[in-house]
Amino acid sequence: MVEKLNKLMKISLLSFGIAKDIIGQRFIDLELADGISVAQLRATLVQRYPRLSELASVKLAVNSEYAAEDSLLNNNDEVALIPPVSGG
Amino acid sequence: MLEIKLLHEPLDLLHCINFVSNDAAGGIDVFIGTVRNATKGKAVVQLEFEAYEPMAVREMEKIAQQAIEKFSVQRIALHHRVGILEVGEVPVVIAVSAPHRGAAFEACRYCIDTLKETVPIWKKEIFEDGEVWVAAHP
Repeated sequence: MVEKLNKLMKISLLSFGIAKDIIGQRFIDLELADGISVAQLRATLVQRYPRLSELASVKLAVNSEYAAEDSLLNNNDEVALIPPVSGG
Repeated sequence: MLEIKLLHEPLDLLHCINFVSNDAAGGIDVFIGTVRNATKGKAVVQLEFEAYEPMAVREMEKIAQQAIEKFSVQRIALHHRVGILEVGEVPVVIAVSAPHRGAAFEACRYCIDTLKETVPIWKKEIFEDGEVWVAAHP
């Protein structure tokens, strides 16, 4: 069995509210190791954008559904950074 | 039956009431959110609302559907507006019809309370001397 090393996947990251201020733009495309978990993506983002850890909360949605931390991402997933919501 | 809308223009209250009206209803409860002129004693100039639109609509649909099932109400109209809103303007209208008033009150309250917890919509308060995303920091 030949292991595929360094296989990458692309995800679109959407940022809203204060998260958009921190990331700097609404949409960015990220190239990541294939099949990482939501938790792993979160860790990568916090490392890249430390101000995210100052927020009261940041949830992650994958393809418009709130995602469990251990769920795995797939190529072309749309991931949204959801800081504390304040609708209504 | 439910009607969920996320709009970029002023909401139509009468439309929402008409949508939920039906001959088998004994009461209609309506919640109208309004932009308040102050927060913690500081004067608010305006609010800016933004949304992750496809997910906001899905989450509002889920909430309205849950409310219909939990409280056995008849119809729900849930309209939320985004963009810049001035003091006194209306970001959200929720109308609920039911055979009896108790269920209508409860379902309407459930909808706004749950919306405020889960729907991906954000408001930014604009003051004379700055702006703040509501609830962003602990």
